[in-house]
Amino acid sequence: MSILIDEKTPILVQGITGDKGSFHTKEMIDYGTNVVAGVTPGKGGHKIHGVPIFNTVKDAFRETGATTSITFVAPPFAADAIMEAADGGIRLICSITDGIPAQDMMRVKRYFMRYPKDRRPIMVGPNCAGIISPGKAMLGIMPGHIYSKGNVGLISRSGTLGYEAASQLKEMGLGISTSVGIGGDPINGSSFLDHLVLFDKDPETEAVLIIGEIGGPQEAEASAWIKENFSKPVIGFVAGLTAPKGRRMGHAGAIISATGDSAAEKTEIMKSYGLTVAPNPAEFGTTVAKVLKRA
Amino acid sequence: MDVHEYQAKELLASHGVAVPPGTVAFSPDQAVYAATELGGSHWVVKAQIHAGARGKAGGIKLCRTYHEVQQAARDLLGKRLVTLQTGPDGKPVQRVYVELADPYERELYLGFVLDRKLERVRVIASKHGGMEIEDIAKNTPDEIIQIIVEPAVGLQPFQAREIAFQLGLNLKQVSRAVQSIMGAYRAFRDNDATMLEINPLVVTKDDKVLALDAKMSFDDNALFRRRNIVELNDPSQSDPREAQAAEHALNYIGLDGEIGCIVNGAGLAMATMDMIKHAGGNPANFLDVGGGASAERVATAFRLVLSDANVKVVLVNIFAGINRCDWVAQGVVDAVHATKITAPLVVRLAGTNVEAGRKIIKESGIPIITADTLADAAEKAVAAYKGLK
Repeated sequence: MSILIDEKTPILVQGITGDKGSFHTKEMIDYGTNVVAGVTPGKGGHKIHGVPIFNTVKDAFRETGATTSITFVAPPFAADAIMEAADGGIRLICSITDGIPAQDMMRVKRYFMRYPKDRRPIMVGPNCAGIISPGKAMLGIMPGHIYSKGNVGLISRSGTLGYEAASQLKEMGLGISTSVGIGGDPINGSSFLDHLVLFDKDPETEAVLIIGEIGGPQEAEASAWIKENFSKPVIGFVAGLTAPKGRRMGHAGAIISATGDSAAEKTEIMKSYGLTVAPNPAEFGTTVAKVLKRA
Repeated sequence: MDVHEYQAKELLASHGVAVPPGTVAFSPDQAVYAATELGGSHWVVKAQIHAGARGKAGGIKLCRTYHEVQQAARDLLGKRLVTLQTGPDGKPVQRVYVELADPYERELYLGFVLDRKLERVRVIASKHGGMEIEDIAKNTPDEIIQIIVEPAVGLQPFQAREIAFQLGLNLKQVSRAVQSIMGAYRAFRDNDATMLEINPLVVTKDDKVLALDAKMSFDDNALFRRRNIVELNDPSQSDPREAQAAEHALNYIGLDGEIGCIVNGAGLAMATMDMIKHAGGNPANFLDVGGGASAERVATAFRLVLSDANVKVVLVNIFAGINRCDWVAQGVVDAVHATKITAPLVVRLAGTNVEAGRKIIKESGIPIITADTLADAAEKAVAAYKGLK
């Protein structure tokens, strides 16, 4: 098993005819992902990489039964695309786009509230590398070959630091059930907590590695929840120990602006809730291996 | 993106927030002329920099005569003002704001922030203005007034009234405060601000409620639709290297270490800095070259990092996903030739086409120290720095 996606998940690509959309659609298909439809307004009726294109998400949903979408849509139009996906019947929306205004994300999250909890879409991202269930399906822009199939769940705010972790795990002979990039923006679709809930129920996942960074309350919130509710070992890490206060470190969300935002504080919080913290970013693999051996 | 106090006040005033009359000035003569135009008998001359705590640092001067206005402007303009928030180098003062000084009776606090946990705008107010919000929160935590804005409908007048009454204002003041609170919210929302602080919001003897100071920051991601805000940008207030990086769509933050870093991805860049520290060194900068690390971008990154005189060693750490290690390797080789770098250079490549990338580095003949892992890279960079001493 895995969470969120597997080889059967029927996938829709929004913005499929753009440079990035087209390139990564090909990569996803080559990986074995079940891409069933694309949407580009005005290009309906055509095909790209053998995938039928539709003008609207509603058409694509009706004709192909896609349940999941990935959006390669420029920042000014990304929120619109995400809301269209939700309204069109898509229940898992992954947004790669870097640069969506925070107020647009506020509107998106508010829009999702119109669905009762059991039908509310899960959104992953924006500003993320996507989701991969190794050996099954890839919904994102990551290099698929660095992930091997296995039993570790991975949730990371950063894309490339997630790659770093995946390759360290591979080096140790450990694989991944599913890797989720939740993205580096101040307001994101889903948090560590949302995916921990899913990993808890996944019998194939034996331990979870969560990689956070400076800024925001999500690492602390997840840690508190883990202590009370999570049945499997969790390994944590927070990047940005050397980051100065008040400076935005690349990611729009990576800024120390409040108490509890710094890497040192979040690391302490993780430890206080019983997480095993990787001592440095070169020891993701060894720390997970140690924890799994002990378990 | 940050703006100056006078710019924030102009924005606020255009949304119906009451502010004291004032004019920006770029020279002492302009400052005097501004004072004559404003009339009255007392003025404050305020240094315009992108940082707070100006008062204690001597950046705000109360003047009673035109001569004092001229003197104050002369003292401030062309200097670097160092405050608790600027860092040791301070910020250059190129503009002053001349404002009519009216006596006031009370100092309040009004702030708007994007609350990341609630994913909504939070309004914060307090009876105890004039000091930093951190101090207000420490001294009088029970008296902080907080309102959450529902994004579907925006801030409602009843919420502004609740704030105004809790601030202990009289009826006349309440209606004026409501107008200012609603106006401030619109200025925040309609310009994609991420932070707005009016501190202090003052109440005068004749029941006026005025924004005496104003600080605003805007969402960089929303600047594509806020040309009016982009026009307010003052590059003199940013570190020149950071401004130059921004022109090339690179993310650079200068720090005070010796090991320059060129990394792809913000998280990996922070982790690389952390690893350098862990290995006993100090990073000179944060630099994210982004997903498509083309040869040209890598070369620009090298120039930026090397323009910091403190940099003694350069560490390149690329985990290629979309981009490929062979492209990056070629970029590094080209950049070394173009910049004639003499500092020791440590390169770690991983991910797509890593073998091809390593081959290019090896065959280039350039004395590059190669590393296989993140730990290896950091240790070799620190060792190279220690070897120089």
